[in-house]
Amino acid sequence: MEAVDLGLWSVPLAVFAGAIRVSTPFLFVSLGECLTERSGRINLGLEGTLVFGAMSGYAVSYLTGSAWLGVLVAGLAGSLFGLLHALICNMPKVNDIALGIALMMLGTGLAFFLGKNYIQPQAPNLPAISLGSWSDLAPVRSALEINALFIIGLILVPSLIFFLNHTRWGLMLRTVGDSEDAARAIGFSVKGVRTFSTMAGGFLAGVGGSFLSLYYPGSWSEGLSSGQGITAVALVIFARWNPLYCFYASLLFGGAGALGPALQAVGITSGYYLFNAAPYILTLIIMIFSSSSTHRFAGAPGELSVTR
Amino acid sequence: MSLSAKTVLQHPAAAVGVEIISLTKQFGEFKALDNVSLKIRPATFHALLGENGAGKSTLVKCVMGYYEPTEGNVLVGNHEYAITNPQQAQSLGLGMVYQHFTVVPHMTVLENMTLASADLPKIIDWSKARRQLVEFMTNMPFDINLDTKAHDLSAGEKQKLEILKQLYLGSKFLILDEPTSVLTPGEADEVLGLIRDMTQRAGLTVLMITHKFREVMSYADEVSVLRQGKYIGGGLVKDLTPDDMAAMMVGSEILQESATREQQHSQEVRLETIRLSALDDTGHQAVRGISLRVKSGEILGIAGVSGNGQKELVEVLAGQRKPAEGEIRVHGKTYRATRKEMRESKVFCLPEEPLKNACVKGMSVAENMAFRTFDTAPQSRGGWWLQPSKIVEKSKELIQQYNVKTSGPDAPIGTLSGGNVQRAVLARELSGDVDVLVVANPVFGLDFAAVSDIRSQIIKARNRGVAVLLVSEDLDEIFELSDRIGVMFHGEIVHETSIDDADLRVIGRHMAGN
Repeated sequence: MEAVDLGLWSVPLAVFAGAIRVSTPFLFVSLGECLTERSGRINLGLEGTLVFGAMSGYAVSYLTGSAWLGVLVAGLAGSLFGLLHALICNMPKVNDIALGIALMMLGTGLAFFLGKNYIQPQAPNLPAISLGSWSDLAPVRSALEINALFIIGLILVPSLIFFLNHTRWGLMLRTVGDSEDAARAIGFSVKGVRTFSTMAGGFLAGVGGSFLSLYYPGSWSEGLSSGQGITAVALVIFARWNPLYCFYASLLFGGAGALGPALQAVGITSGYYLFNAAPYILTLIIMIFSSSSTHRFAGAPGELSVTR
Repeated sequence: MSLSAKTVLQHPAAAVGVEIISLTKQFGEFKALDNVSLKIRPATFHALLGENGAGKSTLVKCVMGYYEPTEGNVLVGNHEYAITNPQQAQSLGLGMVYQHFTVVPHMTVLENMTLASADLPKIIDWSKARRQLVEFMTNMPFDINLDTKAHDLSAGEKQKLEILKQLYLGSKFLILDEPTSVLTPGEADEVLGLIRDMTQRAGLTVLMITHKFREVMSYADEVSVLRQGKYIGGGLVKDLTPDDMAAMMVGSEILQESATREQQHSQEVRLETIRLSALDDTGHQAVRGISLRVKSGEILGIAGVSGNGQKELVEVLAGQRKPAEGEIRVHGKTYRATRKEMRESKVFCLPEEPLKNACVKGMSVAENMAFRTFDTAPQSRGGWWLQPSKIVEKSKELIQQYNVKTSGPDAPIGTLSGGNVQRAVLARELSGDVDVLVVANPVFGLDFAAVSDIRSQIIKARNRGVAVLLVSEDLDEIFELSDRIGVMFHGEIVHETSIDDADLRVIGRHMAGN
């Protein structure tokens, strides 16, 4: 294969590829958090769930030789964390935010503790699907190597929208998140619904974590997550609790995250660290512009503790 | 489910009656209900009268299965059931419309109604759900646009939605908890009239909790009165007068004479707002260019259905919300509600729900009473060194003078009853030299004794020359206290009149925006 120099064109291409690659964990965590928050609870512990999912997924993939089994176990471990969050929050006078921070530390700490042995060995990784075989250009082909989890995430977006708007369970979840009084009057179990949605949110966050260790960067280490979990939580607010907007926001953040490395690859090295900080600067800017001292967030679930 | 609702409407024979036999409900030492028996005959409109704390809500919650009665039985259609949860009550055809709405604010009417149906399918076919609802609505006395989001509905429409939800569920016995508390008199008449119609024509049975005699006299067939957890009396409404009912409700309680209003001739404008506007929490304009003037020795009553910007107006005057446009003037000078200006211009405020809006729950009665004065002599030296003994001393004086019932000045104010919190805050606000007083719904949720007490304090303040702005959702209160009346609708003062020319029907029409 001949090496083709695309020059500056490689930057948008790399940003595109990066957007898809980097956005995948954002997508899973934000969809999970979206589900949890629509039921009226915030789970800040998803950062810990993500890291623990990365470790457990990698470990299982290494031990069994099946990356997909690793993804499943990461999800299950995540839903256990969700269950823990939900059960403690179901007790009277527990603050979901404080508990979330505690669980964030527990998840990361446990993952570091249990994951010591898996830092070195190489576990089987997740497959990618080549959509670029039509092109002769190697950079285009490699940019169109789409990872399988991204495709699952992509399918998840309309599924979640359908779930929220067209199923009994979705309607129950939104009712509980919007008005506890209404939910009780109809006879829905507020705690039950929230337990389910926190577990489902934890499952998705765990799967998002497994992407980090099983696809990109593709190995387990303690510095694996750079705050994707917590950024994704902010992302849900910016996405106005809408799964479709969560998808767009994840892509945007993924693209911003890929900007620094892409520019470095074409030789623009000045301000490298600044470009690497692009997702965080973007978070700040978006939060400033989408917040207001006088307005409540439009579309916020009525029972959410931070917006109430 | 729409079928069963229709059956009720077409076959009066299906009407359901409820009989309550020797019901007692004890919470620890406290007997909320004491051996209450009453019978609600099928296809009648039955009113349950009583003061706050008389046990009305406890009674209906026992019927609906929220509480388990300590003793006694509930018969539904002559069969005895031990109703242990609301779902069971629902399956017996009992439905309740709560005082606070239980609609889901971010969902449309269609979604809210579908949600209420008992057999919600796993996957919802919205076009089918819509067809069923449109068909159901053709048999209903009132109509609402299915695609409006619940939080965009007016209070009257929300109340109708709540009632429709119950009927859609197939309830044959409706319990309404103070259904007209947030409605204009016109809306109240419409809703109650239609419901009464359904009891006569369609065999619906209704039990309405209320304290408004007017509604009992015009719409109810029968009435039962509770006082302090006991059944006091009742009977056919046509055999009773409002005075009979009032006597049953209040009993032998001695009411304080309400203060007589003295003639005031002052022309001095104390409080003035000039094209004042403010936004609500969601950033929508809630107060739209209000200009009003209150003179010394005058009570200006602002009537209106809640949610028309009164809350925001009071918050702006109290310094809890920034005005978006316009200005406030006190004694002709611009007023920005800083602590310094409050003190100089002697502006005081009794907001609604004072425990939430004007107190710190966990702090003592004495400390709460000192909020206005703690940084001045003698309660502090030099404005920073507090003198707790002086604070307690002053509060003891106020507790006595304003008849606040508390275990002592050190009790946390959150432990006091609603009326006593109100008295404590009023004592704090009225004890000094007052020029302007802003009052919002001052007697909401209080019993008769506290109501007359607090109203007479307000009149006394007026007689001393205080300019009083009274914002209230209770028209009787507005008529009793005001010298002038303004009606607030959609953030504007749409009507203004002196008390002598005030006409209830005209005011009611303006409250509804006509």
